[in-house]
Amino acid sequence: MADGITLENVVKTYGNGDTAVHALRGVNMSVAKGEVVGLIGPSGSGKSTLLKCLGAVIEPSSGKMTIGDQCIYDNGWKVRDLRALRRDLIGFIFQAPYLIPFLDVTDNVALLPMLAGKPNAAARKMAHDLLDALDVGHRAAAMPSQLSGGEQQRVAIARALINRPPVILADEPTAPLDGQRALAVVALLNDMAQQFDTAIIIVTHDEKIIPTFKRLYNIREGLTVEEIPKGISLPASAVALFESDTARDKV
Amino acid sequence: MISLAGRDILHGWGKFVLTGVGLGLLIGVTLSMAGVYRGMVDDAQALLDNSHADLWVVQKDTLGPYAEPSSLPEDSERPIQAMRGVAQAAGVTYLTMQIAQGDKDVRVMVVGTEMGEPGMPGQPTHLIAGRQIVRGHYEAVADIKSGFAIGDRVKVRRNFYTVVGLTSRMVSSGGDPMLFLSLKDAQAAQFQKDSDAIVRQRARTEANPQLNPPGNPAVAAAVNAVQSGSTNVNAVLVTITPDADPDIVANAIRRWQRLTVYTRAEMEEILVQKLIANSARQIAMFLVILSIVSAAIVAFIIYTMTIGKIREIAVLKLIGTRNRTISWMILQQALGLGLIGFVVGKIAASLWAPFFPKFVLLLPADRSGAFLRSC
Repeated sequence: MADGITLENVVKTYGNGDTAVHALRGVNMSVAKGEVVGLIGPSGSGKSTLLKCLGAVIEPSSGKMTIGDQCIYDNGWKVRDLRALRRDLIGFIFQAPYLIPFLDVTDNVALLPMLAGKPNAAARKMAHDLLDALDVGHRAAAMPSQLSGGEQQRVAIARALINRPPVILADEPTAPLDGQRALAVVALLNDMAQQFDTAIIIVTHDEKIIPTFKRLYNIREGLTVEEIPKGISLPASAVALFESDTARDKV
Repeated sequence: MISLAGRDILHGWGKFVLTGVGLGLLIGVTLSMAGVYRGMVDDAQALLDNSHADLWVVQKDTLGPYAEPSSLPEDSERPIQAMRGVAQAAGVTYLTMQIAQGDKDVRVMVVGTEMGEPGMPGQPTHLIAGRQIVRGHYEAVADIKSGFAIGDRVKVRRNFYTVVGLTSRMVSSGGDPMLFLSLKDAQAAQFQKDSDAIVRQRARTEANPQLNPPGNPAVAAAVNAVQSGSTNVNAVLVTITPDADPDIVANAIRRWQRLTVYTRAEMEEILVQKLIANSARQIAMFLVILSIVSAAIVAFIIYTMTIGKIREIAVLKLIGTRNRTISWMILQQALGLGLIGFVVGKIAASLWAPFFPKFVLLLPADRSGAFLRSC
């Protein structure tokens, strides 16, 4: 499979001299398109720093990062407009959905293509199609406050996918969910990774979903160790799980 | 691209409008305070404008007639009238007093003017109803702010006067409405003694052998006649011919009549820089503080609104929204608030301005300033 994102010997050091903190000591990882990998590690291991480097929110101290065929960092940013990089090449899913409360569902999703310069009508058409695919098309005109937790998370996933980014970074997307819902979200992300040919990195502490990953990076003291989890099968249809989830929300 | 600011405002329009209205009331107070300050200065200038004078001739070495007492003989105007460059000269008296208006008292400036030919300096202008004073006695023209209507009977000292005309914006430098009487009536009101004082004065005169020589009662009668009345005026108002220079005419009067003369610029300086200076400075100081407080409150409202959206702003930045798009969103909301605040402030200030006891002058420049401050 083609590379989605590759990190080679990425180092991040905060401060210098005696007070220097080596958050990342030479991280190597590679996630292919269509693949979902987990990133785990104890608090203070460097997970957040790695996620910020992957998301081009902070600059690594050294190393190399590539998304697809494009080198974005090689001992210095190779991309001038990091905002456009985040908008076009990286999707973000957070622990909470963090939808924009004053935009309806459609515009929450369509905002990204609009920011990229797409006409409003075209951006809204893309958003409607994606919302239909995620089974929340019927709530397209609703405001975020009118959605259930599961629906909000699916809208957040749609927002991350709308620009067809080669990489999606999910920061503990299942933390506030119970077991059934958490598995539904992971199943959905697996479906989407396949469908949109996207590399998805899920940072998690959630014991329930860790066994579902086919590949897992464990980060300790700034270094990643690749692990192969036991692997359990996910439900056949994520949508079916969400349907039951939505029905429960409604009840 | 959709309007993020517009959507945010529509999402919580009630809160937004209420904030704008609150801001508007604050702006209204600031505008009113500016209006009070402008009104004070305008009252002072209106007094000069309405006098229709180019020169004010007053008692020597005084700042009269508005800032200090001044008294000079009524006939001082005759030699002045004869001087080169003088078009008209007329004596005038000013007396601020409390008079009854219905059940309440009203403070007015009683102005005595010569009722000669129309257009004499000192005569009431801006007549909005009725007519000028044409009889020598017991007629008055009142400013509408005094509350009198045509036909009302006004008691000044011992006499009653019928209001025959109404003016607008004829006020003293302190904003008191003017009540015009004929010069003779006003002199009587200002200088005439009451009966007890006259009786005591006569007794003192009769007891004085120099003023009441034996066998010649006519001397005492003459002295009593002089003491019981006065033909003094507070100032002589002078208009000059179109080709005359006010400074040259003023210098000539100073030199030959040995009186103090003020030009329009000098009188304006006395009124604005001396008479109302302290109160105007007080209001101006309060206005400055109020403007700073308003600006701080506006800044605080914008800051609170922004902080309230900090999570949305963080998400917007993370998903690639440009800083200028986010700044524009905040700026648009600030402009929207400013616009609502300005409209509400302007309406509020205009609505409550008539209820102020003194004239409130709302200038477009102050409104523009308030609008800029609110944005």
